[in-house]
Amino acid sequence: MATLGSSQPPAEASVPSRVSTAPVTELVPRHSALVRVTHWIGTVCFFALLVSGIEIVISHPRFYWGETGTVLTKPLFQLPIPSSRRLVPTGYGYVLPDQNGWSRALHFEAAWIVLLTGLLYVISGLLTRHFRKDLIPGKADLSRRALLSSFVKPLRFQRPSAAEASSYNGLQRLTYLFVIFVLFPLVIWSGLAMSLAFASAFPWSVTLLGGRQSSRTIHFFVSLALVLFLFVHVAMVCVAGFWSRTGAMITGRTGTRKEHA
Amino acid sequence: MINLSRRKLIVSGLAAAAGASGLAVVARLAQKYGLVPPDHGGIYGLGETLTYASQRLLTRHSLGREFPRNQISPRPFPNELAPLTEDFKRLQAGGFADWRLYIDGLVHQPAAFSIADLKSYPSRSHITELACEEGWSYIAEWIGVPLSHVLHRVGVHPQARYVVYVSMEPDTWDSIDMADALHPQTLLCYGMNGSELPVAHGGPLRMRLPRQVGYKNIKFITRLTVTDSLKGLGNGCGAVACEYGYAWYAGI
Repeated sequence: MATLGSSQPPAEASVPSRVSTAPVTELVPRHSALVRVTHWIGTVCFFALLVSGIEIVISHPRFYWGETGTVLTKPLFQLPIPSSRRLVPTGYGYVLPDQNGWSRALHFEAAWIVLLTGLLYVISGLLTRHFRKDLIPGKADLSRRALLSSFVKPLRFQRPSAAEASSYNGLQRLTYLFVIFVLFPLVIWSGLAMSLAFASAFPWSVTLLGGRQSSRTIHFFVSLALVLFLFVHVAMVCVAGFWSRTGAMITGRTGTRKEHA
Repeated sequence: MINLSRRKLIVSGLAAAAGASGLAVVARLAQKYGLVPPDHGGIYGLGETLTYASQRLLTRHSLGREFPRNQISPRPFPNELAPLTEDFKRLQAGGFADWRLYIDGLVHQPAAFSIADLKSYPSRSHITELACEEGWSYIAEWIGVPLSHVLHRVGVHPQARYVVYVSMEPDTWDSIDMADALHPQTLLCYGMNGSELPVAHGGPLRMRLPRQVGYKNIKFITRLTVTDSLKGLGNGCGAVACEYGYAWYAGI
């Protein structure tokens, strides 16, 4: 029906396809129900973990490497923020209120929910071959030219072509695989390593990361990487068309309908 | 438009009923095997319960990580103390000779122990990490008498489920389940790094639980109460810390 592939010009030229006068109404399936549900549960948990994580860091914004570290030892680095504890030397003349009680409770509850949701997603992704079909890049996706173009296009605020909008390019596939199979497991592992009881049953979980304080520092940096991913992810969604992309993640369908049509 | 056949309706109704009764069975079993913490209510009850239940299943008998002597932190950080009370200062002036640890509740013989009494019992020491929920941690050698030894001495009733421990500091108390109370590393700690436990670190007597974070390791212990329920105490969540929003179980 629509004008897919009817002409040869570089894909991007046909994107905001002015060819059709009426908005294109054909909607194609984009995300499975399970992907959509787990995506939004994950989103809520991500923000809960982020806010509560920041609150917990405020009570001791110093980071160390190795097993131990206190205000009496030299930190690896200290965040230039005020603290919610009087004995932390921050250079600020005031102490923030203690918010750790609910922050810890919310952090662990959200961690449980996102962990169980993530397990459901990974298991179903393996069973339905979601990873193989939608995320493992093909050879063509990994050519230098393809990767470079998928990197440069969003920087020029070019929308993906209709064909691209119903799939992921090589760079996106690699990024999602990295987030799902490297960053998420690492943030869970380094978080669990900080649990004294968990570490008593699985001491290697701490020693492999270089000690308790190293685990905490790794947890912080992996979280930072996930926040960076969030920014890029949302920026890409905006470039591709915020409402159509977000709509696809809610309704499961996508069309080539124009944003401002 | 909505294509809900009767069969679909019945099947999903049955599935929902099965799910609900399954949950009820799980809840009953969890209660029976002591996997539900006293602070299981409220919006964070789900997380608290999942953490406590899974860690009890995984770590009931595991030992907290111990370290070689050369990893002892040269400067252990004593956290902020509330101003010491007059009662405490008077006992301190007497070298804590009159300090007593009272034990009551579900025991055969309620008793009072002096620090000298406790030191005369078989001691145990471990080099473990004290980790604060804020994020900092240090390693020290902790010396004391296993809480289990003192409990066996007074004889605990079989229906005991928790040990409540009360500090000399006003309005400071906490509690642990029997798994932690009888754990071999749980100490009534009176020594640190080869000498007396300094007052700054909770001397003359501190509860030392290497598998829970710092705030469960209460300083200046004067009373233990063995009980089968925490309902009548404070807001019923088993600790003063809970009243400030902190979890009763702090293995994480």
